[in-house]
Amino acid sequence: MADTASNAIPRAAGTDMRSLLRRLAPFFGTPLNAALTIVLLWLMARFGWLLLDWAVLKAAIFPAEPETCAGTSGACWSFVIAKSGQILFGIYPPTERWRAGLVCVLIITTLVASARPSAWRPSLGLVWVGMMVVVLWLMGGGFGLATVPTSSWGGLPVTLILTVFAIGLGFPAAILLALGRRSALPVVRTLSVLFIETIRGLPLLSLLLVASILLPLFLPDSLLPDKFVRALIALTIFAAAYLAEVLRGGLQSIPGGQSEAAEALGLGYWKTQRLIILPQAIRIVIPALTNTIIVMIKNTSLVLVVGLFDLISSGKAALSDPAWPAPSTETFLFIGLIYFALAFSFARFADFLERSGAEKRG
Amino acid sequence: MKDVESQKDRSAAISIENLGKSFGDFQALRNVTLTVAQGERIVICGPSGSGKSTLIRTINRLEQHQTGRIVVEGTELTNDLKGIEKIRSEVGMVFQHFNLFPHLTILENCTLAPVWVRKLPREEAEETAMHFLRKVRIPEQAGKYPGQLSGGQQQRVAIARALCMRPRIMLFDEPTSALDPEMIKEVLDTMIELADEGMTMVCVTHEMGFAQAVADRVVFMDSGQIVEENQPAAFFSAPRNERTKLFLSQILGH
Repeated sequence: MADTASNAIPRAAGTDMRSLLRRLAPFFGTPLNAALTIVLLWLMARFGWLLLDWAVLKAAIFPAEPETCAGTSGACWSFVIAKSGQILFGIYPPTERWRAGLVCVLIITTLVASARPSAWRPSLGLVWVGMMVVVLWLMGGGFGLATVPTSSWGGLPVTLILTVFAIGLGFPAAILLALGRRSALPVVRTLSVLFIETIRGLPLLSLLLVASILLPLFLPDSLLPDKFVRALIALTIFAAAYLAEVLRGGLQSIPGGQSEAAEALGLGYWKTQRLIILPQAIRIVIPALTNTIIVMIKNTSLVLVVGLFDLISSGKAALSDPAWPAPSTETFLFIGLIYFALAFSFARFADFLERSGAEKRG
Repeated sequence: MKDVESQKDRSAAISIENLGKSFGDFQALRNVTLTVAQGERIVICGPSGSGKSTLIRTINRLEQHQTGRIVVEGTELTNDLKGIEKIRSEVGMVFQHFNLFPHLTILENCTLAPVWVRKLPREEAEETAMHFLRKVRIPEQAGKYPGQLSGGQQQRVAIARALCMRPRIMLFDEPTSALDPEMIKEVLDTMIELADEGMTMVCVTHEMGFAQAVADRVVFMDSGQIVEENQPAAFFSAPRNERTKLFLSQILGH
């Protein structure tokens, strides 16, 4: 063992040099490639420097006051710092912001805790229902907390609540719709098809407008749910219709022999779906589900058209403070970063799920 | 008269009377009548499209019959879901393409139905599963997934999975047709063992050696009808019907 190791050292040095050359070959192998490489490197350095200069070197950061930004040509981060509370929590009463913060922590913690497949037991459903109840209590108040109407909710908690509730409620509905569309019962099948095709045929924007403007015209005030709830319902049925079609793709790819084998063992329809068909179907459509869910995370920002304050509308509201210059680039970069973090973590999670499934089956 | 009939139903494991089924214009089964006694081993053979698979699949309602009646272990197959589920939990089935559940381990494949249908405690179900996996000689594969096993091993797992429900009847739908030749024997050996223990078996197969070795009766079907049925010795040595003769000459000829 020791012999081979000492022998390997001089040889390694030679291969290192050669492998370095081999790796550089695609970039400098021909005059054209060499020229392209140099031009691109120059451009990257040029813009990289500009970005660094703007975002860090010339940036106005501390103290977080309007004067800090005066006269700087760099980024005005002091605005984002000073206004972070307003951007993150919108018009939620500043004294109660801890509640909105706690809601974000609670939702994210529950999501992370649910991520490992070993945690997927029926009891997890109860944890989620419990989490949703606590979230609504913390945000809305009552039972010892000051009441905050949904019209005062805003920012990140709104984005998180809309996303989690729309997908959390939309996913089970999507499963039923997808099964319904493949049902042998004509009534169930027709209703499922009608629902899916109608919702899929409408833009989300129009659904939200119907929920917020048209519905109040037809329903008496006593029957009319809260504006926030109406927007949530619109997002939920939209998510359900899209997720249903993704799931149907998965259901169709499971060979008929699977449900025959399950039924021959005496498992009824629902147990067959739950234990045999859905686990396989969902795993197959993980990439497409991820895509739809990420789109849904970002779709929640459309609620701003019906006057709800999600992350983006809170950012816009913060920008309207006359005491400050309005550094919209910095604000939207900050918000963009939050969206990116949400979507990217979810994509990584889906990737992890897919790989863990593949490893299991060798 | 009624009493006599129900008496007959009770003693017969499976009693099929005047069964008819069609897929659109295609008449898959015509007037099929067949009684399988407790512990009897029946082999059904016939050219492809003769209705033999359809017939065996009507016994546990994977196919619905349109006319006639089927009584399995004293329960008549009707649209009553309770009856269907009762029959399915007492009738094991082995398929041509194994149909193991790829997302579950071999052990989980075997414990799923006992736990969810029979409501057995998990430990007991696992004990039973290991017992039958030893019986089909693959207990060491219990922790693996179906995709990691050979076709012959998968089919033996499928037999063990069906046995874990402690069925009174086993149905085999061309269990060796999808196997490589060198794996057919291990599956047939398992089936022969099962037959020796007195299990009531109905097998759709073209393995004539198996039919000769274990069958009490061989049933030959063509165009959705039972053309001939006889004890294997007589069936193979002295087929009476022209279509049986033709079929046997084709299948034994090569």
